[in-house]
Amino acid sequence: MINVTFVSADGTRRSVEIDEGLSAREAALFNSVPGIDGDCGGVCACATCHVHVDQAWMDRVGPPEEGGMESDLIQFAEGTTETSRLACQIPMVPELDGLVLHLPELQH
Amino acid sequence: MATSATQEKVLYASVDSIPLHEINVANPYLFQNDTVGEYFTRLRREDPVHYCAESRFGPYWSVTKFNDIIAVDTNHKVFSSEAKLGGISVQDMHSVEGALELEMFIAMDQPKHDQQRKAVSPVVAPSNLLLLEPIIRERAGAILDSLPVGEEIDWVKLVSVELTTMTLATIFDFPWDERAKLTRWSDVTTASPETGIVESFEQRREELIQCAMYFKGLWDERIDKPGGNDLISMMAHSPATRDMPFLEFLGNLLLLIVGGNDTTRNSISGGVLALNQNPGEYQKLRDNPALVSSMIPEIIRWQTPLTHMRRTALEDAEIGGKQIRKGDKVVMWYLSGNRDETVIDRADQFIIDRENPRHHLSFGFGIHRCMGNRLAELQLRIIWEEILKRFRFVEVVGEPERLLSNLVRGITRLPVKLHAH
Repeated sequence: MINVTFVSADGTRRSVEIDEGLSAREAALFNSVPGIDGDCGGVCACATCHVHVDQAWMDRVGPPEEGGMESDLIQFAEGTTETSRLACQIPMVPELDGLVLHLPELQH
Repeated sequence: MATSATQEKVLYASVDSIPLHEINVANPYLFQNDTVGEYFTRLRREDPVHYCAESRFGPYWSVTKFNDIIAVDTNHKVFSSEAKLGGISVQDMHSVEGALELEMFIAMDQPKHDQQRKAVSPVVAPSNLLLLEPIIRERAGAILDSLPVGEEIDWVKLVSVELTTMTLATIFDFPWDERAKLTRWSDVTTASPETGIVESFEQRREELIQCAMYFKGLWDERIDKPGGNDLISMMAHSPATRDMPFLEFLGNLLLLIVGGNDTTRNSISGGVLALNQNPGEYQKLRDNPALVSSMIPEIIRWQTPLTHMRRTALEDAEIGGKQIRKGDKVVMWYLSGNRDETVIDRADQFIIDRENPRHHLSFGFGIHRCMGNRLAELQLRIIWEEILKRFRFVEVVGEPERLLSNLVRGITRLPVKLHAH
């Protein structure tokens, strides 16, 4: 199991466990963490699972691939920063055990 | 030989008796009489990526299953939206004599699409919608309070059109007393002469030029004024949009007018109809008004206000095992994908408390996904919350009339009677 902490826009922290191999999107949805919609089903097609990766974890998570679908989509999300990612594109691997993700107030 | 409109009106005794290769789901009469669903059911079962060799829109592919549609919609580097290649609907853009060669970002590829979309997207972003919500709620309440109880009225005219037009006027900061112009321009944009909305393409052209001139006036007033959260000010102030050529300016305006008007209008009407056809669901809603939040995406799936989007293949490609050639016209039928029982549980039923109601195709997916989706949901949520406060039953008391269009799934008339609590 991989541990992920989601920090809501109002500062509430929720720490959840998720099976290795799933994504950060599922970590939120399967544990009823509010703030992620994930309308497309997790196939990188809608940008409604936008999150900000905690600065301390950015080295390990990395930015979206340049010119890829995730970059193409994320540019239309609201309030994006250099730490913005789509949660469906963050696979839950052992190196990310303890990951901290910040949720936007609302998904566009 | 292109199929004539008269031939299209001939209906077969049963969908199953038609040879597969003769099926032409783009026939607008199938949408007007609401029988197209049976054709889609057959295609999903027998030939989910279907080639229609002959139609008045030319040859085209129909993609009818949920996952195949997502695959096309997210492959924008192969499947183009470019207007000059035909654009985004089965009817080619720029193909009609006397029509305007409008340019709009929905019918552009990267990188221009991205720049223009980013410039206007903030007006319908969630944080701006929070500011609009109280205004929309107040105006929605006023509409409902003005309706007579117990008399037959047309829900489309008095509620659906009114609410979406008012919202649009709010977003544009459009002169309030002249807001009916927006409804007219929205109707005219998607109209062809056979709909009766305009008499000729020349008339359409004239009216749309008047529209452009009107907006040019608003633009000129606002371009030197700082701030302004309305769409005109945003476009006038953004480096990506402020120097737009005339047809691009008009095209993008009309895109936002149609996008914000013709679509949600029909979801407002379609929701009333669906609840009347499913009285058990209506009762669930009365018993638990909190179900509005899951009912709204279900209404949008059920109605599918835009039946399809079209792409043009830029290179050879494969969809669902079929070989698509460079230059082929590919139509993603959202209306069909939204009834795909292999992806959506009991897809042919309207269920207001589905587990995963947001998983539908009505907004499209990929970089062209509907920009105003949150505004659409907001308007629907508000109108239903305000309806439930006021009326026990919005009763449909006559047959709905439907629009002759293979693109906008429209309800043009819906007679209802209101019952108070």
